[in-house]
Amino acid sequence: MTQTFSSTGHDTFVGSPRSRIDGPAKVTGLAKYAGEFAAPDLAYGYVVSSAIAKGRIAAIESAAAEAVPSVLKVITHENRPRTAWRDKNFQDAVAPPGSPFRALYDDLIVYSGQPVALVVAEDFETARYAASLIQVRYEAQEPTTDLRAVRGDAYDPPGKREGIKPPPEPWGDADQAFGSAPIRVQGAYTLANEHHNPMEPHATTVVVEEDGTYTVYDKIQGVSNSHQYLANVFGLKPDQVRVLNPYLGGGFGSGLRPQYQAFLAMLAAQELKRSVRVTLTRDQMWSFTYRGEALQSVSLGAEADGTLTALRHDAVQGTSHYEDYQEVIVNWSGVLYRCDNVALTYRIAKLDTATPGDMRAPGAVTGVFAIETAMDELAYATGMDPIALRLKNYAESDATAEGKPFGSKELKACFTQGAERFGWSKRSPEPRSMREGRELIGWGVATGVWESMMMQSNAIATLTADGRLTVGNSTGDIGTGTYTILTQIAADTLGLPMEAVTTKLGDTRLPEAPVAGGSWTAASSGTAVMKACRNVGEQVFKLARGLENSPLANVDFDRAVFADGRIAVAGDPSRSVSMVEVMRAAGVDKLEAVEEAGPDKDFNAAYQAYTHGAIFVEVKVDEELGQVRLTRVVSAIAAGKILNPKTARSQILGGVVMGIGSALEEESMLDHRFGRFMNHNLGEYHVPVHADIYDIDVIFVDEEDKANPLGVKGLGEIGIVGTAAAITNAVFHATGKRVRDLPITIDKLL
Amino acid sequence: MNRFDYVRAGTVAEAVQAYGAGARFIAGGTNLIDLMKYDVEKPGRLIDITRLPLDGIEEHDSGLRLGALATNAKVAYDERVAAQYPLLRNAILAGASAQLRNAASTGGNLLQRTRCYYFYDTATPCNKREPGTGCPAIGGVNRIHAIFGASESCIATHPSDMCVALAALEATVRVSGPQGERSIPFADFHRLPGNTPEQDTNLAPGEIVVSVDLPESKFPQHYTYLKLRDRLSYAFALVSVAAGVELDGDTIKTARLALGGVAHKPWRNREAEALLEGKPATRESFQQAADLIVSEAKPQSANGFKIDLARRAIVRGLEQAAAGTPQSLSDKRIQ
Repeated sequence: MTQTFSSTGHDTFVGSPRSRIDGPAKVTGLAKYAGEFAAPDLAYGYVVSSAIAKGRIAAIESAAAEAVPSVLKVITHENRPRTAWRDKNFQDAVAPPGSPFRALYDDLIVYSGQPVALVVAEDFETARYAASLIQVRYEAQEPTTDLRAVRGDAYDPPGKREGIKPPPEPWGDADQAFGSAPIRVQGAYTLANEHHNPMEPHATTVVVEEDGTYTVYDKIQGVSNSHQYLANVFGLKPDQVRVLNPYLGGGFGSGLRPQYQAFLAMLAAQELKRSVRVTLTRDQMWSFTYRGEALQSVSLGAEADGTLTALRHDAVQGTSHYEDYQEVIVNWSGVLYRCDNVALTYRIAKLDTATPGDMRAPGAVTGVFAIETAMDELAYATGMDPIALRLKNYAESDATAEGKPFGSKELKACFTQGAERFGWSKRSPEPRSMREGRELIGWGVATGVWESMMMQSNAIATLTADGRLTVGNSTGDIGTGTYTILTQIAADTLGLPMEAVTTKLGDTRLPEAPVAGGSWTAASSGTAVMKACRNVGEQVFKLARGLENSPLANVDFDRAVFADGRIAVAGDPSRSVSMVEVMRAAGVDKLEAVEEAGPDKDFNAAYQAYTHGAIFVEVKVDEELGQVRLTRVVSAIAAGKILNPKTARSQILGGVVMGIGSALEEESMLDHRFGRFMNHNLGEYHVPVHADIYDIDVIFVDEEDKANPLGVKGLGEIGIVGTAAAITNAVFHATGKRVRDLPITIDKLL
Repeated sequence: MNRFDYVRAGTVAEAVQAYGAGARFIAGGTNLIDLMKYDVEKPGRLIDITRLPLDGIEEHDSGLRLGALATNAKVAYDERVAAQYPLLRNAILAGASAQLRNAASTGGNLLQRTRCYYFYDTATPCNKREPGTGCPAIGGVNRIHAIFGASESCIATHPSDMCVALAALEATVRVSGPQGERSIPFADFHRLPGNTPEQDTNLAPGEIVVSVDLPESKFPQHYTYLKLRDRLSYAFALVSVAAGVELDGDTIKTARLALGGVAHKPWRNREAEALLEGKPATRESFQQAADLIVSEAKPQSANGFKIDLARRAIVRGLEQAAAGTPQSLSDKRIQ
């Protein structure tokens, strides 16, 4: 099926700006999150976290906690119930290679903040109080959390993480070409450790049902992942556990893998035979995953006319001692630019921290910051306009994939339209050449890029004789607008009003779909929903055609047009029939279909698929005091068909704001002596506030793509990619200071 | 969080009488409750003083008396404060958020505790939290820490904005306790850490703040509160400057200057103020004062930038004050 969406009928809702259908529930408090579901006789667990980063637990004194009235149980490694023990049982669907962390498994401490005990009580306050009475004696060893100290031990991970493409083999001779290039730039770039910090803390409510099965509300970006994990770890049959998560209060990747609170809640529920909820505190949100800093270097060699002749991009990133986390940091340099001599390397090094994890555009945020800052440096070195330099070296095919062409790439249009909207032509290129009073003004630009992916997904569509359509699958709406776009797609496919469609997500009783991540959900679940609705449409059509005196007699399905609750004949709207009437006449209560959608193998064999963006920013920097204001942003995005310009724009706004945080504010600061992140609260870990955000203008350029029948590419991540580089470039233009270590805090501009 | 007794006091005398070892007075609770959740504070008894009749703002002598329970918002939006003490209004509104200012009290603002990461984290030692355990901020993560008046025991800063203005305005803190009432000049209210960093203030056990008294207004036009921080709102100061000047033509008659975010208490340097008095209100004079102030500064491993930042902020703050163009609260461009 390679037809575009509009051929299924009318684009009545798809392509038009629609408010999120889950919005009213969220702003009125009706939407329930994992830690809010009630159950009779619910008990509450509170996690005790390790004070040290490395060593072992010599003793845990829990008698005082156990003596507190209404404390039900203190679970530690010494008395934990048995679970599965093989690594494979703990490996969730997106686990990197290694031996996943197991809470309360033994006396070893492998990172600071690791859970060492769970106190379960009749109420949360008692559990927390009792937790404060637990004394843990440690035998501490000196931790290593400084990536700089271990970069010499970095290695090429022997086991590759599924879905993460290792750097391609080098081509040409980058070092030799760099040595002989007339123009060279070289720099070291770092991006700080960052934590996701969704508003909703991680939480799990395990409800023990009367028949002994479990209903689990888990903060996860896709319930199928928790389902598989809990079943494997606790030795349950798939139908003994149902996992739900209808809403997510932000994930940004922190909810891709089942986290330890889910394990602990299930452990306690099984042990106590009672429903249990475990909610992490804000400071515990620093205790399981993060965007690991990377030490990067980029070397670019060019001819005087800006033609790239050498490109080298090396990155070293930290991982835990128990897993080899990997992400794609350096490949983007080879994707974005045409160059004859390229070397890209990525290695990882062991640290005494939790395993890092995917955080919005993992790898791309980090790597594209480096290459796009370096390209700006090259623009200055060659005296070229930064956009002209990028267009000079514009890649028309993907050199990291044997030169396969792009399915679509409207990045040039992003530059043209973005520059026009921003007023780029009025830029005076010299650093420190634009000012307003005491503020220096800087304009910077950078490219954004992210993979456009599709995952195998199922969906169900059910049309009932009252004219209502229900669609859904198990993936999560992580706040991106998935409920809304699936409703739009379903409504258009069967020609119904959006109000007649109910979309259900985040329930393992629905057809299986993967976690929501990688910006693949619109393409994957959208296509599956469309196919399921088409299937139902065909069923109604067949019923209609079979009725006596049917206006559709002798009409083929491909001539059927679904609109206004009716099936009509293309080109002859006088021949039509109401779907409700058809079902009633046929005596059918409901029509249902489950369909599967997946990547188009032929397309993928022929093409590479990416989303692109061009981001323009204006900064105003107080010359004396170094205060940066980011006064204007234009983000021009090429992401295929835009299903809903309103929710799409919100995704880009959110990405840009998060990029601003990454560029100017976010930094989890480690005290290497303790191996501990010290600013573990939202007062001292700074994310942007309203005052930091001025105008953000989003442009979607037209882009036709055929990777899936919807023509959609996904938008969750592209908005953040490149933002930090555009800001560092603007800060350089304003001040003449090239900051290569993020975040650009005030001290770096004095 | 530990378990505690809760008593509600109806009068100041009742509150003082209810005090005993391990007790804490609670008003807005915007800091104390956080500290209890982190197990930093473990009071055995909370004495709720929110019903005490101390929330008024009234004229007193030739100044204003701010009741200890007047909320930060109430003080900031009081018309007399806005007209006579705009420096105080601006400092209050530069801090926290609208929600916090609605809850936080005047007395509580004085008594809020440092935001030092180590103080808040019971997994690490901290002399302020547990005397004698050491100060890991020294040599640790300390970009937000003190450059003035720190000791080998503690390099924490006082986080308040309001107190920086009160220091510059030379307010008086009126307190009541087992020994009766007394007044403490603002400069003597907070302490430097020395070897007793667990004591933030000179309040005696059982004493409570009943009012903050402002002397006659001197800086209704020529003032500023300039706050530099890691984002444009809702962050503690890296460096802040409260400045008020009285001018006689172009000559500085009086100058009052206090710095926030740089010491265990709002930091004043009277020599620098004296140096300014009688001098022309020029950038050169301001730079001399700034140089004098920062000559006493001592950096930690990661906060050396604060010395330079403080020097520049002092100059800019004095420029803003002298020009009568105080830092805007809504326009984040620095004037």
